[in-house]
Amino acid sequence: MKKPLALAALLCCLNVAAQEAKPLAEDPVVEQRLVNIATELRCLVCQNESLAGSQADLAKDLRREVRDLIKEGKTDTEVKDFLVSRYGDFVLYRPQVKPQTYLLWAGPFILLLVGIGALVAYLRKRERQVADTPLSEEERQRAEALLKENQS
Amino acid sequence: MIPELGHFALMLALLVTLVQGVLPLLGAQRNQPQWVALARPATAAAFLLVLFSFLVLTWSFYSNDFSVEYVAQHSNTQLPTLYRISAVWGGHEGSLLLWVLMLTGWAQAVALFSRRLPEAMVARVLGVLGLVTFGLLAFVLLTSSPFERLLPAVEEGRSLNPLLQDPGLVFHPPLLYMGYVGMSVAFAFAIAALLAGQLDAAWARWSRPWTTVAWVFLTLGIALGSWWAYYELGWGGWWFWDPVENASFMPWLVATALIHSLAVTEKRGSFKNWTVLLAIAAFSLSLLGTFLVRSGVLTSVHAFATDPRRGIFILILLAIVVGSSLLLFAARAPKVSLGGRFALLSRETLLLVNNVLLVVACGAVLLGTLYPLLIDALGMGKLSVGPPYFNAVFVPIMLPLLVLVAAGPIARWKHAEIGPILRRLWPAALAAVLAGAGLPLLAGEWHAYVALALALAVWIAAAIVLQTVERFKTGKPTASWWGMQIAHCGLAAFVVGVAMVSTYEEERDVRMSPGETVTVGGHTFKFLGVHDVRGPNYVAARGSFELTKDGKPLRTLYPEKRNYDTSAMPMTEAAIDAGLTRDVYVSLGEPLEGEAWAVRVYFKPFVDWIWGGCLLMSLGGLLAAADRRYRIRVKQSAAATAAAAGATA
Repeated sequence: MKKPLALAALLCCLNVAAQEAKPLAEDPVVEQRLVNIATELRCLVCQNESLAGSQADLAKDLRREVRDLIKEGKTDTEVKDFLVSRYGDFVLYRPQVKPQTYLLWAGPFILLLVGIGALVAYLRKRERQVADTPLSEEERQRAEALLKENQS
Repeated sequence: MIPELGHFALMLALLVTLVQGVLPLLGAQRNQPQWVALARPATAAAFLLVLFSFLVLTWSFYSNDFSVEYVAQHSNTQLPTLYRISAVWGGHEGSLLLWVLMLTGWAQAVALFSRRLPEAMVARVLGVLGLVTFGLLAFVLLTSSPFERLLPAVEEGRSLNPLLQDPGLVFHPPLLYMGYVGMSVAFAFAIAALLAGQLDAAWARWSRPWTTVAWVFLTLGIALGSWWAYYELGWGGWWFWDPVENASFMPWLVATALIHSLAVTEKRGSFKNWTVLLAIAAFSLSLLGTFLVRSGVLTSVHAFATDPRRGIFILILLAIVVGSSLLLFAARAPKVSLGGRFALLSRETLLLVNNVLLVVACGAVLLGTLYPLLIDALGMGKLSVGPPYFNAVFVPIMLPLLVLVAAGPIARWKHAEIGPILRRLWPAALAAVLAGAGLPLLAGEWHAYVALALALAVWIAAAIVLQTVERFKTGKPTASWWGMQIAHCGLAAFVVGVAMVSTYEEERDVRMSPGETVTVGGHTFKFLGVHDVRGPNYVAARGSFELTKDGKPLRTLYPEKRNYDTSAMPMTEAAIDAGLTRDVYVSLGEPLEGEAWAVRVYFKPFVDWIWGGCLLMSLGGLLAAADRRYRIRVKQSAAATAAAAGATA
């Protein structure tokens, strides 16, 4: 009788101990939004790290602040606007579309259009330039000699 | 005394590379065999001198010679021997010396393995490499000598950044530099051909294996860096679009375009000018990458202004390289023949589209990397360009490329028709549509993004299977054919990895006391506790986690939080259980009250396919470079040509 009892006691203990760990965040929904926002923000004191990933003290404070803003019912855009008003555009990993960044956002697609345009122009020009010219007499003889060389 | 010998060897090497860079080039232009014959011995001498100098620096690290300033700044007696040696390239001066060593090493390899090439050609290639080496050696000697003394010597050196004390650092920079520097060989072949006025298929054939091998190194170097960031930074990301990463990615994109364009030049004699431009661009971007990383301009334009010597030097070097090669190109390009005729739909055209897309993608990355610097320099404020931007512009440019990868190898040279291509590829298209519709459901929720990516990956893979079946009907394929297919397979695997992990990744941040469990992606971690472990130069809090799946124990994982003796910043060492279809990843956060810890766990499906894909690409590259036809003696064909010339005379 003793053994099963001990086993049961042990199992009981294990059951008590093996409980699911609690999330660090009080509110997982808020936390998910925090992560979404913070991955697009720059940690201001680190070497190119996102606010979501950084362990710096300033980043922790800022995350706390963003969390509070979310709880106050601010939208993602409002939170970002608030941070931009305080720290400037530098804090945004996704630059806003405005006159200073028109070139940045349009650039790759302009490049693509230019590339395709140049490609088409090149192919057309080439089509005109490279005509099928028949071999000259000398070239024909050389080709024949090469062919013979290979056969022998 | 010994460090001075190293310094002296570098000075001698500078003189030797001047000889290597000037006389063989002149000799080849003026038909002076004695000057041409100098190329190989000068190359060997430069290589041995730089190697000696590098070994001297390594010795200074090994023997803890803290009277050398560079050693004192990057190493100390507590450092394990392996890291003391890899610390040689842990800082600016040493990594540049490694750069130069590899440059002379590549030149030496060209000298050894080019017995089949005409002597004048070899002399020109080695001469161009000599000039490049001269520029970089002057840079090292004038602005960044690693042999500067620190008098009086210090008792103990500063430590190497703990982030860098990892096997990843032992291999990542050397591989990456091998790739960077290898681009100089493609560049040297291109310049040599321009100088000789011989831009022909033979030049493409000679240059191709070298370019491919350099590309393989670059691929491996980037992949290893990405993997290192993944397991070492404790954040589970694998690519951050960091300017330093972009600096290595841009040459890779252009080099990828280059190896495809070289294929056309070798097989069909077309695109010669374009190929030369790509070779110049690939090497220039390698230099630009070095400038970006080494000048400090990335942290801030103002950091650059406080110590501008190094940055300005590389910038001038870059200007000389780009300027003189473009001038030469402008003088020679108009005379180059256009090569064979091809139709609007042909393999040539498809490869040209591949090139346009890759170059545009590189342009986009360059724009995003330099834009903040530009805005700052113009006094228009500070802004950041990060991953959201790059993902938004890079992915759309790459999508058409993934569609074309399947069609390119099937399209015929010269003239292809849409009908036969579609007839051969429809099973692949069908498989792709089915995969896009079905596969995401197996993994979890259906998302358009992951469906598109999986469809494209299956499209590429299925096309490869179809081609393999057809190819075997007509005989045994060559090594380079296999190389191409395996590399494209790697691309498909890469796409699967990226799509799966970015869509179905799971993450939990929890507070764990011993005995508690957390489940992520069907895997359960049970926290067993933390105890202290003493490492060679750190104390670690080592956590134990029992990993189970469906109640079956898999293994125990030991993530660490390390406090290095010489650094205040604690380092996170994640523990990873890697697998073919998923990684599970656990890292320790901070200690909380009692025995509880903040713990972060990840479930990362198919993440290893990202690096597996890169490995496949590299393997493909190696196979292609090893193709038999590159080793067939040119003499035979030379003899045949001579006979033919005799016959016509």
